[in-house]
Amino acid sequence: MSGEHGQEPGRVVRPYAMTGGRTRSLRDAELEVEALVSTTSAGEAAVGALNIDWRSIALICRDVLSVAEVSARLDVPLGVARVLIGDMAEEGFVLVHRPQQTGDRPDLALLERVLYGLREI
Amino acid sequence: MASVRSDAGPGRDGAPQAVKIVIAGGFGVGKTTLVGAVSEITPLTTEAVMTAASAGVDDLSQLPNKTTTTVAMDFGRITLDTDLILYLFGTPGQDRFWFMWDDLCRGAIGAIVLVDTRRLDDCFAAIDYFEQRELPFVVAINCFNGEVAHKPEDVREALVLADDVPIILCDARARESAKVTLIEVVQHALVRASGVHRGPARAGGM
Repeated sequence: MSGEHGQEPGRVVRPYAMTGGRTRSLRDAELEVEALVSTTSAGEAAVGALNIDWRSIALICRDVLSVAEVSARLDVPLGVARVLIGDMAEEGFVLVHRPQQTGDRPDLALLERVLYGLREI
Repeated sequence: MASVRSDAGPGRDGAPQAVKIVIAGGFGVGKTTLVGAVSEITPLTTEAVMTAASAGVDDLSQLPNKTTTTVAMDFGRITLDTDLILYLFGTPGQDRFWFMWDDLCRGAIGAIVLVDTRRLDDCFAAIDYFEQRELPFVVAINCFNGEVAHKPEDVREALVLADDVPIILCDARARESAKVTLIEVVQHALVRASGVHRGPARAGGM
């Protein structure tokens, strides 16, 4: 009865309805999929008063998570997660740690750290 | 007040940092298997919805009706240090979702092109893409049941790979093998970033 779009139960709201139809955050920050998100003390203090999506993000981002992980764990598309996170950051409820942007690619020092870390796992 | 900042970069005390490696290859070649073999979390799936907002990349205005397309990607995570996390992103199964590839490859360390030698042509598009974007990549031949139908040098020739592109054999199911493949990508990226070329110099000029 729900037609071809009904394969995933759970969300009844169209994804972009949650973001007021916007697909960009207030500051137009196209957050990287791997940008890291962590709940601030302000976000922690406000948790009970936040709407359900913001609250979910504030709770799961007590541990640092990427934008992609927030998207996956909330079961919302990446674009929606970006807008929600961007808006929360504007309000000071989360901190967003964007990847190093000195050039197109990570620099030598960072690559060395990654190499060292991989050898240790 | 706004907290979306890019100044929380390297060197900032306690600021966590993320890096990523992209895993590409044809459908069913074992991308998610490889991610799962080394990831500390069960691979997660995230979806991107291509809408009019993506029109700059994939021109939807050409289409008679406004259409959305959903594309799914699997990814995993490895915590390398208290403040350093590596993400592994599998590319969408269908090569045509280029808008998502751009997103995944922006700022990436490099890529692994996972190859099944019985279906070499499945990886042509990925190799073309990485060459064009100058993203460092290695070719990893997935050995199903320890069998390799073609030798690495035959694969290099068939794929017309530059001499400095590493080709390695791997077993996407095995953690150690997946780890070695990731290390290979980072080493290759280091060589590229430091401007040192291991391959023979091009003829002429000396």
